[in-house]
Amino acid sequence: MSDIILFQSGSLMDPQSHIDFVTDILVKDGRIETIKPSISSKKEYQVIDLKGKAICPGFMDMHVHLREPGFEHKETIETGTLSAAFGGFTAVCCMPNTNPAIDDESIALFVQSQGKKANGGIVDVYPIGAVTKKRDGKELAPIAELVQAGAVGLSDDGAPVSDAEVMRRALEYAGMFDVPVIQHCEEPSLSKHGVMNEGLVSTSLGLPGIPSVAEEVMIARDLMLTQYTKGRYHVAHVSTAGSVELIRAAKKEKSQVTCEVTPHHFTLVDEVVRSFNTNTKMNPPLRTQGDVDAIKGGLRDGTIDVIATDHAPHSLDEKEVDYIQAPFGIVGLETAIGLAMTELVHTGILSFAQLIEKFSVNPRRIVGKPVAIEEGQEANFTFIDPNAEWKVDVASFKSKSKNSPFDGRILKGRPIGIMNHGHVLLY
Amino acid sequence: MKLSSRHLLGLDGMPAKDIELILETATSFKEILNRPIKKVPTLQGKTIVNLFFENSTRTRISFELAERRLSADVVNFSAAGSSVSKGETLKDTARNIEAMKIDMVVIRHNVAGTPNFLTQVVKSNVINAGDGIHEHPTQALLDMYTLKEQFGKLENVRVCIVGDIAHSRVALSNIYGLTTMGAEVSVCGPATLIPRGIEKLGVKVFYRLDDVISKVDALNVLRIQLERQAGGMFPTLREYHRFFGVTKERLSRVDHPITIMHPGPINRDVELSADVADGPHSVILEQVLNGVAVRMATLYLLSATE
Ligand SMILES: [Zn+2]
Repeated sequence: MSDIILFQSGSLMDPQSHIDFVTDILVKDGRIETIKPSISSKKEYQVIDLKGKAICPGFMDMHVHLREPGFEHKETIETGTLSAAFGGFTAVCCMPNTNPAIDDESIALFVQSQGKKANGGIVDVYPIGAVTKKRDGKELAPIAELVQAGAVGLSDDGAPVSDAEVMRRALEYAGMFDVPVIQHCEEPSLSKHGVMNEGLVSTSLGLPGIPSVAEEVMIARDLMLTQYTKGRYHVAHVSTAGSVELIRAAKKEKSQVTCEVTPHHFTLVDEVVRSFNTNTKMNPPLRTQGDVDAIKGGLRDGTIDVIATDHAPHSLDEKEVDYIQAPFGIVGLETAIGLAMTELVHTGILSFAQLIEKFSVNPRRIVGKPVAIEEGQEANFTFIDPNAEWKVDVASFKSKSKNSPFDGRILKGRPIGIMNHGHVLLY
Repeated sequence: MKLSSRHLLGLDGMPAKDIELILETATSFKEILNRPIKKVPTLQGKTIVNLFFENSTRTRISFELAERRLSADVVNFSAAGSSVSKGETLKDTARNIEAMKIDMVVIRHNVAGTPNFLTQVVKSNVINAGDGIHEHPTQALLDMYTLKEQFGKLENVRVCIVGDIAHSRVALSNIYGLTTMGAEVSVCGPATLIPRGIEKLGVKVFYRLDDVISKVDALNVLRIQLERQAGGMFPTLREYHRFFGVTKERLSRVDHPITIMHPGPINRDVELSADVADGPHSVILEQVLNGVAVRMATLYLLSATE
């Protein structure tokens, strides 16, 4: 294979430089050599026709659970990054709730080295370090060493940092290195043994509920701590209208706060739990139509910066049990772009450029790993066919786990490939 | 006449004509129960397993009696000491039992939705005998049967369910069934035990028993679980009894008789004072007999569906 690739007639989309035009791109040894309409082809070039397709700066999913080390029966870094690659992502940030947790530089280094080995290193794996040792919420993990070893953010995700003093110190300490503290917002004394959103549906089904205030009281508290400490705070998987409102107000006060939402939280509502399908069980839980509407409003006006999947693989055996016993979480990497295109872009809630901000520009800015489509830069691309209609089929997922509530769903718009570190993958 | 579903999972969404059919059929089975020979050959050759993952002597005996009176072969399975406690999944248990050629499964489980799950893994008819705090359809059907016996109808009958609404499958099934049949349903209990969104199910909510008592024809009094006090849901049993207990003194302030129901077992002098439980307007023992008739009707009608 030639080392010079000519991408022909793609729609180049990079909201950072307000680029939006049809062009050719010549990439030599993994670097962008020339961007201009109609570059003449030579016979040693590998030519890729992208007519009608979009070329975007490489997408990043800043919230995934790759399960390695410790839970390799659910996912490995190899299968998780393959899932990411086929989902259109050139980078993922992996959460530290592994076993052992990423609360130590050796685990942070291990995860990155596995990432470099996996699938030729086409997907960059950036670890999120734990906020506290063993993620138990008590003592700060060696944050400085974790950051030095490559951690791009800190989180005890899966669990909140629920002690206010610990959270305060985490924001202060992490603030020294300009990395965000990513909080899984859930006040445990309020969420208790809940398994779904508290409301009419939980009452109708007799399932214990997680009230929306369990998320909101922790966000409210953390926003005050963020303001007080001048730290950097990122809210993981926002799920309620109240949370969107709190974050919107904090952003007006110029707080250093950012947040993300998952595709399932802007697509599904708690009504789907009536099926008792355990692939509708995730934390935070699916909320109501009012919450979905508020989330879409937050995406549109920029209150919500990022779309991230919270990709949470679980094996079939683990999910094929009763609703209370089933673990929280669904896989998301291979449906994220299709859902966002279908639910947000084709419905006019977001422009395509805004979608790229939520999937690439903003998450990469938050964790300090920006990419730009400019001559001289490394070629880091996500290719999208915005109008392709396709049907989700969990059996075709590259992820080791198939726990998705979207099996059989028809979507419009899908990734068709990626390029990173000189490797091109077209599906 | 046939039921529109081959399972009885709950009364949520069950059509009125199905409920009517079960209640009518129960009437003929109740006649049989009052005969000297109480057994009919209706389900001869059918095998029914009572799959009880949660202890409930009353419900199990009621089902077993109904099954035997219909001449079915009965297998009892209780989770305690079984392979379930050794980590076998519900799916494996159910499939193993069905491999023994079972026609119907009666399931009691402490998790909502397990009967629904069961219908996806076995081919038998599934009857929900109580799933977590979700539904207990045969209990609600027997409550409705009892009310119909008292008032000759269900439409516009005013029923208040009193107590721990938030943790009661009996309350939920009664709400679904009674509202479908046109009864006027209210609930009354401490605010901590009234679940969110309940009013959207078409019931009125009251926090003071004295406010509602003069406006109803019947009270369905729920058992208060003692562990709710430990869970911080109400301060003391004494206070609960004073404000939500159904007592003779409280009932005497109302100028019309109120039918008293209770799904059992009763905490005497907590939710219900002894003189009311044993008093002239209590139909609690009638409910027990009606339970067998309603369960016979349910089993019979489900066996006739395909
Ligand atoms: Zn989380």
